[in-house]
Amino acid sequence: MSEKVLMKGNEAIAEAAIRSGCRYYLGYPITPQTEIAAYMAKRMPKIGGTFLQAESEISAINMVYGVACSGKRCMTSSSSPGISLKCEGLSYLAACDLPSVIVNVQRGGPGLGGIQPSQSDYFQATKGSGHGDFRMIVLAPSSVQEMADLTSLAFDLADKHRMPSMILADGTIGQMMEPVELSDTMHETHYEKPWACTGTNLKREHNIINSLILKPEILEQLNIERYKKYEVVEKEEVRYEEFMMDDAEICIVAFGIASRVSKSAIVEARKQGIKVGLIRPITLWPFPSEPIKAAADKVKSFISVELSMGQLIYDVQLAEECRKPVYLCSRVGGMIVSPDYVLNKIVEVNNLGGEN
Amino acid sequence: MVVFKKPHALTDVPMHYCPGCTHGIIHRLVAEAIDELGIEGRTVGVASVGCSVMSYDYFNCDMVEAAHGRAPAVATGLKRSMPENIIFTYQGDGDLAAIGTAETVHAASRGENITVIFVNNAIYGMTGGQMAPTSLPGQITQTTPYGRDVTKQGYPVKVCELLSGLDGPTYLERVSVDTPQAVKKAKKAITKAFRNQVEGKGFSLVEVLSTCPTNWGLTPVESLKWCRENMIPYYPLGVYRDKGAEK
Amino acid sequence: MPNVIIDPNSCKGCGLCVSVCPKKIIKMSEDKINKKGMHYAVMTDSQKCIGCTFCALMCPDCVITITKDDEESDGHV
Repeated sequence: MSEKVLMKGNEAIAEAAIRSGCRYYLGYPITPQTEIAAYMAKRMPKIGGTFLQAESEISAINMVYGVACSGKRCMTSSSSPGISLKCEGLSYLAACDLPSVIVNVQRGGPGLGGIQPSQSDYFQATKGSGHGDFRMIVLAPSSVQEMADLTSLAFDLADKHRMPSMILADGTIGQMMEPVELSDTMHETHYEKPWACTGTNLKREHNIINSLILKPEILEQLNIERYKKYEVVEKEEVRYEEFMMDDAEICIVAFGIASRVSKSAIVEARKQGIKVGLIRPITLWPFPSEPIKAAADKVKSFISVELSMGQLIYDVQLAEECRKPVYLCSRVGGMIVSPDYVLNKIVEVNNLGGEN
Repeated sequence: MVVFKKPHALTDVPMHYCPGCTHGIIHRLVAEAIDELGIEGRTVGVASVGCSVMSYDYFNCDMVEAAHGRAPAVATGLKRSMPENIIFTYQGDGDLAAIGTAETVHAASRGENITVIFVNNAIYGMTGGQMAPTSLPGQITQTTPYGRDVTKQGYPVKVCELLSGLDGPTYLERVSVDTPQAVKKAKKAITKAFRNQVEGKGFSLVEVLSTCPTNWGLTPVESLKWCRENMIPYYPLGVYRDKGAEK
Repeated sequence: MPNVIIDPNSCKGCGLCVSVCPKKIIKMSEDKINKKGMHYAVMTDSQKCIGCTFCALMCPDCVITITKDDEESDGHV
């Protein structure tokens, strides 16, 4: 069974989390994601769950760490400056292989920045979400429906691979309202968690969840093993969407709100006879390198459409191994690319004909 | 008949603490309290950053290591998700009263039903003897080589006094382990702090004045004397809050 | 009669037990060292021990176990 409702993207995340078996939400208010906290504050007490407003983002992520140690599904959400504060905790969650879901509804930065949408935490989410060698699964929704679906997926992937997963949304998708179909059966797959610290009951050796490893040879080995797990994730969990790519000569790469705008621009460009398509990464990590690499055989050029000063573009260049030029089409600071803005770029790139 | 032996809640792993460091006594008291209340099987401890970081190896219950200062937040997450379990943190002064002040104050303020064992030895031991938030005025440390000057480094943080200004905490007591009699009192306080949690009474914190012979530059026996003569006058022992007794 | 058992190899030689023994019957080994390379606590005159447990209470490393002969047990632990 499922129901179709009109919801804000942020609310869709919250409702999907609950339907995915999350009963612990620990957060701290920050625009433009506070609807998640508000929704949880309303719903959790009614379903026997816990909503807790922490004293800081740092505290919230460490409460998540605590709940995750018990093996229960838990979530926190924030927006860019708040995620910076959570980075310490993300490193510890990853180091202890603790499943958890973190939502970042991005706003313009750096610093306190603004409260309008942005995608400028791409590097942070995919490469530098704390100290040390680690990865998070990063999912990028581009509709309210995906806010729900990918949240549910984030919980499953976190449990399946024992690692934190992040929903990297932006202020637009968080704030916009769209019809969303919510399934009753979004419920969690059961995962055994023998590592959880739930008390020994005097029946087993004590479990220790810890990231302090003072012997370098052991710490190295643990890092190597964790990266083997990441290899599995890279093999199994890549998700992306292709749009009008069959005959495309220009390939746009974009995610989230930028990909939606790009689709409108692509439709317009096609009317003008320009063969342009889109590869939309749904997982930002693991990154869909293969389809982009394959596209490089066919297209003349790439355009990275993003709400940042050029972050995604590096991964595009790496994926296509710099065989074709990659152009940047971006707006920042809370400004959003318009379909015309992207269309102009498509026309401009088309006129270059694939020459640098 | 055995009248004194190592409690079951301590593992056989030899503790790494320096000779004469009273962390070992406090560990034992925590373990004795766990034994006496019969709660080892459902207890989860939270180790903090500092000398006691490796306490996860020393307690037989499940153990979680927290980031510096975040133990009360981690304990909050554990307790909220497992209300039937007994959750304690074991934190030093730097962890609890400097980098983790916010987490401490707010867990106390929320009245989280957890037990906090706060070990105050007036110095950062693990990193080699720097000024702690609880270092005494005039105290010489690696980062106050001319003595803690209160006009420049400020005054020590008195945690029990600070927290007693909040409505949230149920039980706050400061004890010491400088004499056998003091150890017995400390044991009572720590046991009470755990019993409060078993009975659902709320946030309990026991501050234990402890020693650091290595970084104080004293012998273990001199350290007990230094604690007695310098720390106890500045940090008066006693009960700062006992909601149970107030009723 | 109380019986103080000191595990020599767990002792770190801090001497806290020596300092609190009311009968002054615990001493540090003078000519011997343990596996840790430390002089360790030894009971010198167990006949004089009153079983106060002070030594064990102050020992940071749980080195000391104290037993009493059952017939003398007064029921307190």
